Amino acid sequence: MITPTLALIQLLNGLQFGVTLFLFTAGLTLVLGVMNFMNLAHASLYMIGAYCAVAIGAATGSYLVGVVLAVPATALAALVIEWLVLRRLYERHHLDQVLATFGLIMFLNEAVRLVWGTAGLYVTIPEFLAGNLTLAPGVLYPVYRLFIIVVGCAVALALWFVIARTRIGMWVRAAADKPEMVEGVGIDVRLLFRGVVIVGAGLAALAGALTGPLFSVEAGMGDSTLILALVAIVIGGIGSIRGSFFAALIVGVVDAMGRVFLPPLFAAFLARPVADAIGPATGSVLIYLLMIGVLLARPEGLFAKASR
Amino acid sequence: MTTGTAIARSRASRGSWLVLLLLALAPPLAAFADNAYVVPFLTRVAIFGLAATGLNLALGFGGLTSLGHAAFMGVGAYAVGMLMASGVDNGWLHIAVVLVAGALTSLVIGALALRTSGISFIMLTLAFAQLLYFIATGLKTWGGDDGFSFRGRSNFGSPAWLAGDVTFYYVVLACLALGVLCVSRIVASRFGAALAGIKSNEARMASIGLHPYRYKLVAFVVSGTICAVAGGLLAELTQFVSPSYMHWSRSAELLLMVLLGGMASGVGPLLGAVVYLCLEEALGRFTTHWQAPMGLILVAVVLFAREGIADAFGRSWSGLTRGARRTPAAPPPP
Repeated sequence: MITPTLALIQLLNGLQFGVTLFLFTAGLTLVLGVMNFMNLAHASLYMIGAYCAVAIGAATGSYLVGVVLAVPATALAALVIEWLVLRRLYERHHLDQVLATFGLIMFLNEAVRLVWGTAGLYVTIPEFLAGNLTLAPGVLYPVYRLFIIVVGCAVALALWFVIARTRIGMWVRAAADKPEMVEGVGIDVRLLFRGVVIVGAGLAALAGALTGPLFSVEAGMGDSTLILALVAIVIGGIGSIRGSFFAALIVGVVDAMGRVFLPPLFAAFLARPVADAIGPATGSVLIYLLMIGVLLARPEGLFAKASR
Repeated sequence: MTTGTAIARSRASRGSWLVLLLLALAPPLAAFADNAYVVPFLTRVAIFGLAATGLNLALGFGGLTSLGHAAFMGVGAYAVGMLMASGVDNGWLHIAVVLVAGALTSLVIGALALRTSGISFIMLTLAFAQLLYFIATGLKTWGGDDGFSFRGRSNFGSPAWLAGDVTFYYVVLACLALGVLCVSRIVASRFGAALAGIKSNEARMASIGLHPYRYKLVAFVVSGTICAVAGGLLAELTQFVSPSYMHWSRSAELLLMVLLGGMASGVGPLLGAVVYLCLEEALGRFTTHWQAPMGLILVAVVLFAREGIADAFGRSWSGLTRGARRTPAAPPPP
């Protein structure tokens, strides 16, 4: 039954998912906006981040250390991938980029299966983050999910500060609009691009590592997140950090709410068998309907600058 | 239309007929080798060849990058599967329903998605395909996530006629030949010339009085309908239908086949499907981790064989026959 408690919990679940989705999306949207580069292999970096966290966590005995060290480890992996493959694709057509990075996903998914096996790995939540917090009388919520929301929001804030208030952020924004001009005033745009790819990889790794204990860590875990991230990017407007933040939250909340509240809504208005048949599907369908609506009404995205 | 492209086109369709001829010779050879597995495998190859050929009408000749064509295959597959499972086995009816369902779905999706272009278009086709995918997973009476299986194949006069694997294979090949012919005729027609013009410069074509939207929509609908036919054939082959037919990675695979073969030519997609599925099969024999070498091959193709395999073959072929080292690339449109 729909109760305010359930609504609150689903809202928090949606926010938690939205925040991790944002961490994933931030790098992808920057790379797409700044370099016009469609990097599907971002999904693999998310997965590599989670596996690094598991491996380092097992070696050091603390999953949190694993999460923290997974970020530089994955950034290093991204540096290698960038040097070997990605940098040769910047000047190419979107289709070539999609094909090659899809090939990378296939390769890296299998490589992970070779190293860690096909079965998913399960990680336990660190002890001091386990358990529930009482938000209101009778309303319990897992501490770990709240922790993810806090970390995600902090990173988002830091990222916004870097992009909007620092010199490097200014270069990135300028390079997104007119790379030739930025080159012209003596800034190494290639180096800037590489930096964006690597920071994006670190953020994706953080998302993957934080999500690890909630689901199982397995090959291909980033693939469905990738599709939702693309949804968030087009809803928020390509290349916009602020847009992708709000869009990721919207996607997360709409998804979580839709799953729980649409089926009873249909049950109330439709015949039982019909409602049963379409109910569960509509929960997932809602975000795609949202995206289709946004793209048809405002193809440039909800949060894109008006002057473009 | 310059003679150069006309010649390239006739050579391209000649390549398709060569591949088709080779495919047609396969069953007697398979019977000779006493391998019952070959014919169903080649049927699959031919079905995906048909789907890739259909996709290429939109992608290669229309410049429309669709990441949702697996949905049309799914629509065709579900149409056949649902009719068969409910006991309606009339083959002519199946053909009619698949064509109508495929055309209607691609008309609705195309009409909306073509209002945008670029990345928005890619994402809209993906969104519509995901929509259909999740609707299919929600169809509990039809197995939901797991899909459903049925017995037998379409009935054209007698239920046994299409049941044999070899007969079915030749029917699929005939469909493939029809699809290749259909696409090559469209590309060679006045409509195809206008489509090529729209692909290279939409504003210019609009300014001489054409409606780019209508041309692109027709190309998209024909392309989607061909994929629906391929989907219907796939359902008949496996006698099983599930939402996985519409998964976005299936759409990506179709794109891969076209790009692997090369989208500039008629034979490219067919060749791409043959190479992709044979690689999958051959690598799968060696290791269950076939996706690892496959991924590397895809990366290598993009980095080193920019125009796809068909072009690479064509070059070495003309190099062998005419002594020319390589055909010069077409000059960019002014």
